[in-house]
Order: sequence, then structure tokens, then C-alpha cells
Amino acid sequence: MLEPRPNPSRKMQLASPLIAIALTLFVGGNLFIALHKSPLDAFRVFFIEPLSTANGWSELAIKAGPLILIAQGLAIGFRARIFNIGAEGQLIMGAICGGGIAIWLDGVDSAWVLPLMVLAGAVGGGLWGALPAWLKTHFNAEETLTTLMLSYVASFLLSWLVSSPWRDPGGMNFPQSVMFGDPALFSMLFEGMRVNTSIFIVIAAVLVFWVFVTKSFLAYQLTVGGQAPQAARYAGFSSRRTVWVSLVVSGVTAGLAGVGEVAGPIGQLNLNISPGYGYAAIIVAWIGRLHPVGIVLSGLLMALIYLGGEAAQVTLQLPAAITGLFQGLLLFFLLGCDVFIDYRLRRHKRKKRIAPTPAVRGPETPDAPETAMVPEPTAAPLRTASIQGERA
Amino acid sequence: MIEHLIPILIGTLGAATPLVLAGLGELVTEKSGVLNLGVEGMMLIGAVAGFACAVETGGGAGAGLVAGAIAGMGAALLFAVIVLSLAANQAAAGLALTIFGIGLSAFIGQSYVSYSLPGLKPWAIPGLSSIPVVGPIFFRQDFVVYLSFALFGLVWWVLARTRLGLLLRAVGESPESAHAIGFPVIAIRYGAVLFGGAMAGMAGAYLSCVYTPLWVQNMTAGRGWIAVALVVFATWKPLRLLLGAWLFGGVTILQLHAQGLGIAVPSQLLSALPYVATVLVLVLISRDRKLLQLNLPASLGKPFLPGS
Repeated sequence: MLEPRPNPSRKMQLASPLIAIALTLFVGGNLFIALHKSPLDAFRVFFIEPLSTANGWSELAIKAGPLILIAQGLAIGFRARIFNIGAEGQLIMGAICGGGIAIWLDGVDSAWVLPLMVLAGAVGGGLWGALPAWLKTHFNAEETLTTLMLSYVASFLLSWLVSSPWRDPGGMNFPQSVMFGDPALFSMLFEGMRVNTSIFIVIAAVLVFWVFVTKSFLAYQLTVGGQAPQAARYAGFSSRRTVWVSLVVSGVTAGLAGVGEVAGPIGQLNLNISPGYGYAAIIVAWIGRLHPVGIVLSGLLMALIYLGGEAAQVTLQLPAAITGLFQGLLLFFLLGCDVFIDYRLRRHKRKKRIAPTPAVRGPETPDAPETAMVPEPTAAPLRTASIQGERA
Repeated sequence: MIEHLIPILIGTLGAATPLVLAGLGELVTEKSGVLNLGVEGMMLIGAVAGFACAVETGGGAGAGLVAGAIAGMGAALLFAVIVLSLAANQAAAGLALTIFGIGLSAFIGQSYVSYSLPGLKPWAIPGLSSIPVVGPIFFRQDFVVYLSFALFGLVWWVLARTRLGLLLRAVGESPESAHAIGFPVIAIRYGAVLFGGAMAGMAGAYLSCVYTPLWVQNMTAGRGWIAVALVVFATWKPLRLLLGAWLFGGVTILQLHAQGLGIAVPSQLLSALPYVATVLVLVLISRDRKLLQLNLPASLGKPFLPGS
């Protein structure tokens, strides 16, 4: 029997992701056994081997970068209960806009090409996020559905661009653009490794979001808007602004991630610019407790699952889809464990139910408060105790 | 032009069938106050399970549909435990179900990539199918299309005319009052979520066993999400859902016939049409806040734990 805790448990907030990881590993281990693979071998291939070389760490950074960047933006919206699940489409639009600049300025040797691409990517992603924001604020259209539908639209747009107007004439008819020239690529940090200077965008973003979330009043308003919409309205916080900020900010980060991919490890526009980063970032944000630092950790974990999935494909002949399977399981377990932040387990004890008739109450009983403050179960870590006081 | 119209309308009904099935399931789920955004994932799990079963048992599309429904129900059970027994955030759990479903179906489907199934022959209803125009469109379809009509009738009748429907709506409107009167809120919601899962699973199996009888990764291509959008479009009313599904089926088929109709638009942009149409339709219907508020199950998406 679940019983509400008087205060959300801080311990469980931190323990819940760890328990979820442990449960995912447990189920994963059993899956490997079912597939007649030794779970110990499998875990070594999945989690240890990828990190045993310097190149492995470089690959980890390459995969973690976009996940962390996108999740930072998404977390702002999730705090405000704005569920942007179309980061994949915003990433694609960022890649299209940034990549379009690279194709347009192909052969131009200027230090301004790359900054222009980054700007275009941010604008492209931001606009693709602004569209559902406009649809929500003006027409009340649910952002969960519109952002996702627009992802499909973006991917068809990309598919058309690389197979018709932007197709590489010398590309054997493959749906892909020309390879970008050096001025349109992030430069490598180390010889022979793919990790590149776009990592500084990610680091800067983490710092900006950390300051924004911990220090700014706007972030507080957004959180209150998500946790207690009525209190937010009473305090005069604009819900329209919440929608716009959430969706545009997450669109911009996804767009930046898109540029980082096409001007980084991929170096061109093609149909495989994202292995589902936009969707995986949703999980990253959640496991990171919607906190900028937590997101860095969970982004690294999720990137490791991607790397491990690739390694398992090569070494263990397992299908690549095992990555998505692990990601989904992890989020499931986390959501399940999160309930123990607000509730605790009590052995089932059935009390006799007494009808609450006013006549029973003696005259000496002081008036009980009309409504008990039961915290709404939520996955968001931040509490807004103060605003409840304001309301009273 | 006219020689294209009848084939387009015939195709419309087939293309709409997965949307009708999954949409009806989600409608019942949402009526009970539970928002399950995992329809896409449940459809994919149903699609792969149905396909695998049809191939392995040799039982054909019929066995596939049953297996798909059972698998969809299993996926829904996972979701139900998390959101009903553990009161987790429904939107997030639905997304988790979709991500999980994409991964699981691709994982299982890997070994079925090169297989194909015979599909289902249309079955003309004697008499009715010889009516001009209406006959070929409505009565020369495969049996799943007829099944979708029957299930539409069943859902409409149960929701509007029976005690069970009343109970379902009561639980969706005010779980607190329903609980106080003594109705098993959680049990009813479990039932509704499982029904939604079975319908979504069957819809997925229809795609993989009948509509395009082969397995392709992510073959639902967002139809699960369109089904969720259709429920909003239908303002939680079965008849509007049916009409909406036909509309979307029509858009999908139109895009396939575009070349024959002489529409010179790149195929990728035509493929985006159903998704653009979904956004437009959502915008049109959501503008009328009063209409939505009037029909929206009042407790939709809110977790409920008895005794808390």
C-alpha cells in the first residue's frame, strides 16, 4: 500500500536513477542469458571496452555532446510541464539550415562560414520550436502532438532536399549532399580522433543553463508554472511566455546539436544525421532529474549505451536496436522508482471507513483544515513549498 | 479523374482501419481518465508480434491479429502498472512506452526483415457489394475492415448506452467521487488501458500482416501519434473518430495516387501531407476551447491513488 510522505524524500530523488540503472542492468543481463550470451562478457563489451581507449572517450564525447545539449533545453520545458517531444525535428531543421549555409558557401574560404552555420542552425531549430509555441498560444493546440508531427515533416523535408535540389551531383545518386569543406567544419581537438571544437558549445550551454536554472527568476517562474499553474497565475506569471521560452529554447539547443552533427562527425547532409538523439534526450533530461549537472551525468550514461550498442553489434552480433530497448527500459524503471520520492510503502492495513458526518464532530474539536496539502506525485525534482505558502 | 475516385475511396477504408482501431482503443483509455501516449509503441509491438506469429505458426493474418492484440495488451499492462499502481507521470510513461516499443520491435523484427506474408483477400459481401459506388467502397474489403466497423459500433454502444460506459465516464470525470461511492477506479482504468493496448496491437498487426504484409522497421510511421491526435479531433466521440480516420486514410491514399492524378509535387513532400494535415486539424479543433473543455474527461492525465 502506498502512503504519501509528509515531504518528498531527497534520498529517493538521488537513489531512484541508481535503482533504475541497476534494474535495467538486471533485465539486460537476463536478456543476454536468454540470447545465450554470457552477461559478464556482454557487460564488458557494453560498458568497459568502449572506454578502454582514448578514442573511445572521444567517441563518448561526440555522442554525449548532442544529448546533453538537447536535454538541457528540453528540461526547461519539462519543468514547466511543456512536453516538447519533437527535438528530433528541431535537430533536423538546425542541420538543414546550418548545412544549407555550408552548401551555399561551398568553396568560400572564410572564418565566418562556421559561425554563420551555427547561427543558422540555432535559428532554424528555434523557429521549428516556435511554430508549435505559436500554435499552442494562439490556437491551444497540444504541443506534444504538434512537435512530434513537425518532426516527421522535417525529416521528409530533409529527405527531399538531399535527393533533389541539394543532392551531390558526384554522389552516385545517393541521397546526400556534397561533403563540406574545411571552413564549414569544426576543427578536431586531437590528432586522429573525431572529438571537435563543437564540444565548447556544449560546455558553454551547460554553464549557461546552470546559471539560468539556479539563479534566474524566470526559471523559477517556469517551474512554478509547471508545478502549480493556479499559483503561477495568481502571482501574475505569464503562461504564454512559459510556452514560448520553453519551446524556443529547446528548439535552439536541438538546432545547435544538429549543426554540431553535420559540421562535425558527419560532414554533410544525409538521411542518417541523427540516431534518435532527439528522443533519447528526453530520457537524458528525465534521468538527469531535469538538473543541468544531472543531465551531464545522464548524457554520458546514455552515450555509453549508444557506444555499447555499437560494440555489441560488432562483437556479439546483437541487433543495434538493443540500444533503444535499454533506453526505454531505463526510463520505465526510473518512472516507476520515482513514485517513492513522494510515497512510501506501507504494509496493507485496512482501516474501518467512517462516514465523515459533521454531527460526529464534538464541539471541542478545532476545525480541521479544509484541504490537506498532499503533494502531487511528480517526477520533477524541484519543490515549490514557498509558493504554497503564498497561496494560503 | 473519376476513374481514380473509386480506387481512392476503396483504399481509404483500408488505410483508415489501423487509425480506427488504435483510435477507438485510445478513446476508451482516455475516457477512463488515462492519457496513454504510447500508442505508437504498442502498435509497433503488436505489428512485430503479429508478423512473427503469422510467420512462425503459419496461421496467416488471423493468427497475427490475435497475437498482435495480445502483445499490445502486454505492453499496455507494463504502462498500466507504472501509471496506475505506481502513479507515475502519464505523459512521460507513454513516451517511455513508445521508445521501448520502437527498440523492442526493431530488436525482434531484425530476424524477420526478408519475410513476407500472403496478406488477406478482400471478401465481397453478397448482395451489398453489388450496389453501385457504395458497394465496392464499403463491402468489398478484407474482414478486418468489417471488424473495425463492428468494434466502432460496440464502443459507441457501450459508451453511450450501458452501465459499463457510465462507470467508465464517471471514473474519467471524477475518480474521487467514483471511489467514494465504492467503484473500483483502478481496476476499471486497468481494463480501459488494456483494451486500448489490444486495439493498438491489433492495429499494428493489421499493418504488418494485411496492409503491407511484411516487416519494416518503424513501419507504423507515426500512425500511433495520428491516432492520439484523432481522439482530440474527435472530441472524445466515436462517430467523429471514425469520420476523422477516414479523412486521414483519404489523405494517405491521395498521396499514393498523386502521380496518376498528375500532381507534380515531389513524393517526399506529399508523404509529409498526413502529418501536416494532423497539425492543421488539431489547430482547427483546439481553437474552440469550449468544445474541448466540454468533452475532455476532467481527470485526463491526472494520477489517482486510492487512500491518498
